[in-house]
Amino acid sequence: MGEQDFVGNGDRRGPFIVRDCALVALATGRKARLLQEFRSELAAIDAASIYHHFWGGLLQPRFAEREYNNDFAAWVRHGIHDPVLAERLAALHPSRFADLESLRLEIIELVDARLDEMEHLFWIRASQQFEFICSQIVVFDTEQKLQQPADLAAAIAGLSTSSIFYHFIDARRRTPGGEDDFSFWLGGFGADYAPLRQLLAGVDPYFGSLKELRDELAALFTDYFQGAEQ
Amino acid sequence: MSLLEAYAQVAGDDVIAQLQQLAAPLAGSKAVHVNSTRSGGGVAEILTKLVPLMQELGIDTEWEVINGEGDFFECTKGMHNTLQGNRTPLGEHLLRAYEQTNEENAQRLRPTLEAADFVFIHDPQPAPLLKLCPRRKGKWVWRCHIDASHPFRPVWKYLQQFVAPYDASIFSLAAFAQELPHPQYLIPPSIDPLSDKNKALADAEVESVRTRYGLDPQRPLLVQVSRFDRFKDPIGVIQAYQLAKQFLPGLQLVLAGGGAADDPEGEVVLREVEAAGRDDNDVHILMLPSDAHVEINALQRAADIVLQKSVREGFGLTVTEALWKGKPVIGGDVGGIRLQVIDHHTGFLVNTPEGAALRIRYLLHQPESMRAMGVKAREFVRENFLITRHLREYLTLMVALLHGAQERIELG
Repeated sequence: MGEQDFVGNGDRRGPFIVRDCALVALATGRKARLLQEFRSELAAIDAASIYHHFWGGLLQPRFAEREYNNDFAAWVRHGIHDPVLAERLAALHPSRFADLESLRLEIIELVDARLDEMEHLFWIRASQQFEFICSQIVVFDTEQKLQQPADLAAAIAGLSTSSIFYHFIDARRRTPGGEDDFSFWLGGFGADYAPLRQLLAGVDPYFGSLKELRDELAALFTDYFQGAEQ
Repeated sequence: MSLLEAYAQVAGDDVIAQLQQLAAPLAGSKAVHVNSTRSGGGVAEILTKLVPLMQELGIDTEWEVINGEGDFFECTKGMHNTLQGNRTPLGEHLLRAYEQTNEENAQRLRPTLEAADFVFIHDPQPAPLLKLCPRRKGKWVWRCHIDASHPFRPVWKYLQQFVAPYDASIFSLAAFAQELPHPQYLIPPSIDPLSDKNKALADAEVESVRTRYGLDPQRPLLVQVSRFDRFKDPIGVIQAYQLAKQFLPGLQLVLAGGGAADDPEGEVVLREVEAAGRDDNDVHILMLPSDAHVEINALQRAADIVLQKSVREGFGLTVTEALWKGKPVIGGDVGGIRLQVIDHHTGFLVNTPEGAALRIRYLLHQPESMRAMGVKAREFVRENFLITRHLREYLTLMVALLHGAQERIELG
């Protein structure tokens, strides 16, 4: 990942700069009906599309309570009707990969392994076509700055859901350890906030709405800092 | 109260603040929307609110309408139908009228369009205007509101020559997008929560519509709002109702649709529907005028369950409207309905009248689960399908167009 990826909260000792983002989706024109086609398209598709189907889609109009944490797994389950591969794809934790290329290779590996296991999957035609989509994301400054970690407790509830997306989900692609921005910033205060970072690591952002995620984070910060005061 | 303040009350202050921040870099720029009608139809409905909202956000926005005569509209109606899959070629004289009408409109609109920073051309009617504005300086976007997933190729090929030189196009769903040499953005449509069709209604207003049509408030009511069109499967809805009525004798059904005077196929379907429901006093087939928005609103609110049992569907905004009113929807497993109806969460997707009947019975025997789905459905629309989201995506696209094809654009 390049240096420019760390904009916004690069200085872990300075204030936390609240940013926001908006996303618009683009058709790629690439589609798949067969698992083999899906594999070929995936090998060639722009990495931006892989980003979209794992993360970006969370900012798109869609039902928030997702059954799977990525669109590939959902299509394999409901289009190809292969629950085994769907479960394997759903187990992928995207921020555990160094970059999108490594993630792409792992998905291809899982598909190839499954095709080796079940030959009939070569010719099963999906009941719904998979449409590869990518997106453009516009990031902008809200002019809001948080000086101290304790400010997070009051601020989170007022942030837009896309700001929550930017700092808590999108950040995993930008920060060195695949962390969210809040954890990354708190890390700049040494070991003081290690327990809070641990709590943040336990928040799974993929299966609820961004509003629910905002509420969960607001409650987490409020509880933590109220507890610290007592 | 400003429009933005009015929408903040429905969508939330954070949503409006975000629009203001996103629009800041576009302040002072000039945008023009062009379509073919000031009132009637979904596009005019959207622009009626989108244009003043953009103005309030500091973007100098105008809305221009092209004028045309009989042959022009016959041609564009034919284009609309053929883009949706109808395989009827368009006559040479109609295509000449299409190009001629655009040339005449270009004479009047050229100064405005050539000076604009952003021009949004809606649907095929004004598509040739770009070629007729050679000194244009802004970004031109073609917005296709039609389900063009399976167009009649000769007509699409003809239209493509006008659309290809645009800087970008917008389709409602990925499945509708066509091969074009520029970025194709995907922006689903939206509903306006403050319009007559969707605004909150007093109980008395809903009650008066019930009374007008002889609907018993004590008995369960199913409603489908759609044209009398085979793709909307109104006969399938009656079959589903009849199957479910064997277990729920109190069931009532309303099929409400618009006039079909200029649509011979629509009249045939309507007669078939009337015949299918003739012997049952609990089947109400309502032909409503196109401006009966409050009445439609009241019927959707009076319903226990809304059906949209289409066998082919574009996006399905009637589904969005019903979900906004907190109703679970039983919808056909097609098109944009799949994006909105999530099994056990906002309703059920079905493939047959039998499937619809099963889900009607399930829901009416699970009132708690039906109520929970209604709450979830309304929130789902609030977060995803209100006009504020639609506007946000337009603004994002405008900013993106100023910055080229890069995946990530950092402002400020």
